[in-house]
Amino acid sequence: MKKQNKFLIAGFILSLFLAGVVSHYASSSPDGLEKVAGDIGFLESAKEHSNSDGVLADYGVKGIKNERLSTGAAGVIGVIATAGVSTGLFLVLRRKSGANK
Amino acid sequence: MHIPDGFIDVPTSVAFAGIAAAGVALSLKGAKSTLDEKTAPLAGLTATFIFAVQMLNFPVAAGTSGHLLGGALAAILVGPWAASLALTVVLLMQGLLFADGGLTALGLNVFNMSLIGVWVGYASFIAIKKILPKNKSSISIAAFLAGLISVPFAAAGFVLQYAIGGTATFSISQVLTAMLGTHFLIGIGEGVISALAVGAVMASRSDLVYGYKGSQQVLETRVKE
Repeated sequence: MKKQNKFLIAGFILSLFLAGVVSHYASSSPDGLEKVAGDIGFLESAKEHSNSDGVLADYGVKGIKNERLSTGAAGVIGVIATAGVSTGLFLVLRRKSGANK
Repeated sequence: MHIPDGFIDVPTSVAFAGIAAAGVALSLKGAKSTLDEKTAPLAGLTATFIFAVQMLNFPVAAGTSGHLLGGALAAILVGPWAASLALTVVLLMQGLLFADGGLTALGLNVFNMSLIGVWVGYASFIAIKKILPKNKSSISIAAFLAGLISVPFAAAGFVLQYAIGGTATFSISQVLTAMLGTHFLIGIGEGVISALAVGAVMASRSDLVYGYKGSQQVLETRVKE
């Protein structure tokens, strides 16, 4: 059990590091689909995202001017939110399976 | 790979949302029978790691980038049912919090990444694992190839959606060729990241790896014989 926890904590810290720090160095070129849409000519058919004014839109925290900090903070928030929601979901599924048996 | 609102018309988006919902419902059922006390937290970590790595776009060609989709990786680590759910949680977070991937396009994206990416990745992994020697390094090789194969298939999912309900009227074959070519290159990155991640988990906790459990059983049976 201890080994299991160590593994999970290490994975979580790695995820925080990747999303919080390494993300700053990610390529900002358009991704495959965006590039193809631009080259062929249907990129203009994209509509503005309904959450484009959101606090975390486009992986930045609104109000944080420093780009590195803004991206990093958004990444950390995303990692924590994803960890919370997904682990919660999977633990609920796991428990129910135990109860049925 | 995240489709924004507007590329695909509303009726097609609604239809794919229905298929995606059915896929998620089946996955909920399937995950219940595969997740236990040990693997449920790993499934959560898998979703978390995929979210983080999806932020890390890598350059693939002049002016083009790609990022991990993670379907094959997740399926190998926690099985295809939990993997589809993990990818769906990631897509929900990206769409709702980060304005990445349109909300009306959510069903389209779930179809391509949570269903096609996961199941093509998983099926490829199982097929490749069968023809390779039964050892740990074969798991990493199969993970590389499964990751590589899964990405152009997910891209083909978009082309299918574009063929049915694209709002623009460019030729399907043109879109198909461009999507497959670009996403083959992105698939190489997907394969490398998948193999490294699976290799790291295999090195520390191979007992947790869903895609490895079958091989162990085969080995044990052979020893008994």
